[in-house]
Amino acid sequence: MPFRHKNTRRIEGLDSNVWVEFTKVAADPSIVNLGQGLPDISPPSYVKEELAKVAAVDRLNQYTRGFGHPSLVKALSQVYEKVCGRKIDPLTDILVTVGAYGSLFSTIQALIEEGDEVIIIEPFYDCYEPMVKMAGAKPVFIPLRCKNDGNSASSADWVLDPAELASKFNSKTKAIILNTPHNPIGKVFTREELQVIADLCIKHDTLCISDEVYEWLVYKGNKHIKIAMLPGMWERTVTIGSAGKTYSVTGWKLGWSIGPEYLIKHLQVVHQNTLYTCPTPLQEALAQAFWTDYRRMDDPDCYFYSLSRELESKRDRMAQLLKEAGLKPVIPDGGYFMIVDVSTLNVDLSDVDEKQPYDYKFVKWMIASKKLSAIPLSAFCGPETKKQFEKYIRFCFIKKDSTLDAAEVILKNWNKQTG
Amino acid sequence: MLRRAGQSLCHFLLEKNSGAGRSWCSREAKMSRPVQARRLEGIDKNIWVEFVKLAATYSKVNLGQGFPDFPAPEFLTEAFSRALGGGNHMLHQYTRAFGHPPLVKVLAQFFEKLLGRDLDPMTNVMVTVGAYQALFCCFQALVDEGDEVIIIEPFFDCYEPMVKMAGGTPVFVPLRPNPPKDGKLMSSADWQLDPAELASKFSERTKAIVLNSPNNPLGKVFSREELGLIAGLCVKHDVLCISDEVYEWLVYDGKQHIRIASLQGMWERTVIIGSAGKTFSATGWKVGWVVGPDRLLKHLRTVHQNSVYHCATIAQEAVAQGFQRELMLYGKPESYFVQLPKELQQKRDWLVRSLDGVGMKPIIPEGTYFLVADISQFKSDVPDVPNSDEPYDHRFAKWMVKNKGLAAIPLSAFYSEAHKNSYTNFIRFCFAKEEATLKAANDILQKWKQEKTSS
Repeated sequence: MPFRHKNTRRIEGLDSNVWVEFTKVAADPSIVNLGQGLPDISPPSYVKEELAKVAAVDRLNQYTRGFGHPSLVKALSQVYEKVCGRKIDPLTDILVTVGAYGSLFSTIQALIEEGDEVIIIEPFYDCYEPMVKMAGAKPVFIPLRCKNDGNSASSADWVLDPAELASKFNSKTKAIILNTPHNPIGKVFTREELQVIADLCIKHDTLCISDEVYEWLVYKGNKHIKIAMLPGMWERTVTIGSAGKTYSVTGWKLGWSIGPEYLIKHLQVVHQNTLYTCPTPLQEALAQAFWTDYRRMDDPDCYFYSLSRELESKRDRMAQLLKEAGLKPVIPDGGYFMIVDVSTLNVDLSDVDEKQPYDYKFVKWMIASKKLSAIPLSAFCGPETKKQFEKYIRFCFIKKDSTLDAAEVILKNWNKQTG
Repeated sequence: MLRRAGQSLCHFLLEKNSGAGRSWCSREAKMSRPVQARRLEGIDKNIWVEFVKLAATYSKVNLGQGFPDFPAPEFLTEAFSRALGGGNHMLHQYTRAFGHPPLVKVLAQFFEKLLGRDLDPMTNVMVTVGAYQALFCCFQALVDEGDEVIIIEPFFDCYEPMVKMAGGTPVFVPLRPNPPKDGKLMSSADWQLDPAELASKFSERTKAIVLNSPNNPLGKVFSREELGLIAGLCVKHDVLCISDEVYEWLVYDGKQHIRIASLQGMWERTVIIGSAGKTFSATGWKVGWVVGPDRLLKHLRTVHQNSVYHCATIAQEAVAQGFQRELMLYGKPESYFVQLPKELQQKRDWLVRSLDGVGMKPIIPEGTYFLVADISQFKSDVPDVPNSDEPYDHRFAKWMVKNKGLAAIPLSAFYSEAHKNSYTNFIRFCFAKEEATLKAANDILQKWKQEKTSS
């Protein structure tokens, strides 16, 4: 009998993934890896110490509360009450998940279904599209467009066209996914830009899924604004955060969703039917780390601000190196990624007969010939926009000095070798 | 800062409209569609939310939820500390999405031995956030709307809502008690499937059967014959087997845990699920895994990469070291997989004597760390409420925790909605507890018995 057991319809076409392709290629230790968003700097020592402490406490090796370890949800509610200026109930307004990834999944599974449309701003963190599809809904894309006709020096140059955005909303629109600070461009949406989105959400009675994992990583002259705090938005917004990005501990895989009880309760139902609880020792250690920083939130030494300062100088160094190599970086206002226009190098890859977009071919060529890795930007686009973004690649700069030094050597020697 | 300035009509309406929940308000008041997805229909209730809260509020002795109150083994917690102290700070960053290489490698080595076949760590093994998430991946990857999934009652409660969330239809088949004629205490082995009844549940819409051996809550360890019966039907009807084997090491009285995947024709249609939480008494680490053929696991990988993507690195590193130790000590007396069941068997026997001594009739489990007892003789304390839709054992367990401070779980929690009243005189105890806890439970029971006989 032929094997009839195929994949379910919900995962049809969702099996390929840019990371599976590129993390394999870049796993070679001789390659300077500025691709995947993986810090190679150490997390702060007090964070590591908290985890070491919990290992000794017996009861922390057993199940904790499903929707979030009590001391962690308490700490999160305190931190975010201070940030938001509104009461947040730790038991009903918060769900702890396996990374922000798990929050995105829980939110989409809880609130999105067949027949719904979900607006996704391009370029986008690649999982939004398959998650929306897995929920049976239709992704509707809208691109950020460069203001200065392709000459972009800053992430602020990339904007949404308000009329174009408005045209994407209709009666089927269930939600819009917002990502600020934005991955991959590093854009920090301004209050005015958020108001345009908010007005449309309210007008069309749409939800907002706000991915704010890089919320603390904003550079001088910029402020991270939470769309949930705009009038009329708290009741329709789920805001997502990440321990991995906050504390440089991506391997802890803890994230959270914050919002009104009547939305969060549905995320909790998904959670209790998918993995039930998140690991206890990691949640306890994270709670302690949050208390430490909560106590110094008015102090510049607070890690939320000190990490941002550290990354700003890495950002500036990275930008300088790229310019010297003849590349055109787009300076991000936030996050730890930088996109770069590589078309100025005129690397001819037409003899590479793979049917992939230019940026995929460029990155593979760069890995092979320059021993430097990045991520192609068309991985973050819907089918219509791939052409618009295929001259860009994304670098990650949350890297220790020696990694950036190694990148510097490659970039300084770039023009000395012919491709 | 302006707090709650410019509150919209929306805020005002919401505050007045508390508890409605199904739709959110609109300034134009035109919205009537529900906010939550239909896949959540009928799966919002959860026994643990209620009973964990009750235990936390009232219990002096908690034999309810299934987790050990004794520590995880030192070699495991030491492995965790070593990993942290080792100076490799990259253990705080993402590892391989489908499983930390040292862990999938040692799992492949271990299960190669147990299954007697070659395993590729990259394609035949995947790490999940507990066995719970492994179950979720199975249903999402393999069960479509309209598919039927056979579930043996009583069952670990999440199987039913997970099948429903995947759009599947659960089809139940009960284990039926055949009490021994000599009046001895029942064993979990006395609860059996009726072969004809089981066969009748297979239809052309049957996609999979969920097997849980050793079984939670009864503690049944399915025999080779029983597994052969199930396997025969799976092969005949080309049905998959989702085999939840989280208690694989907890078998007593010299019994053997048999893996259905090792039976003829079964490897290619079975996904085996395991749990570090149960294997190493560290339920809070939430590390689980699936083992199976690539042609099934590749679909689980797709679900995994679109739902959680990575599992936490450091716990995987420590569990890998735990397994490396067990691989070296396999079959030897110092092996944790030899010592833990030995210890738990003693605790089982202790609890059996304790319950039997007060007139609760325990069903002696062949495996797991759960035990189900018949409470018919204690009925008098908790009055029957005719026409109540809450099953008797549910009310009994609630009464017991509130009035006696002893927490246990009603057996009806492990039955489908339609069959909740099949067996209403049984409650489940967890005996993975320190001696002091079991002694304290005994004290409560003895005192209770005395109160009954003297009243």
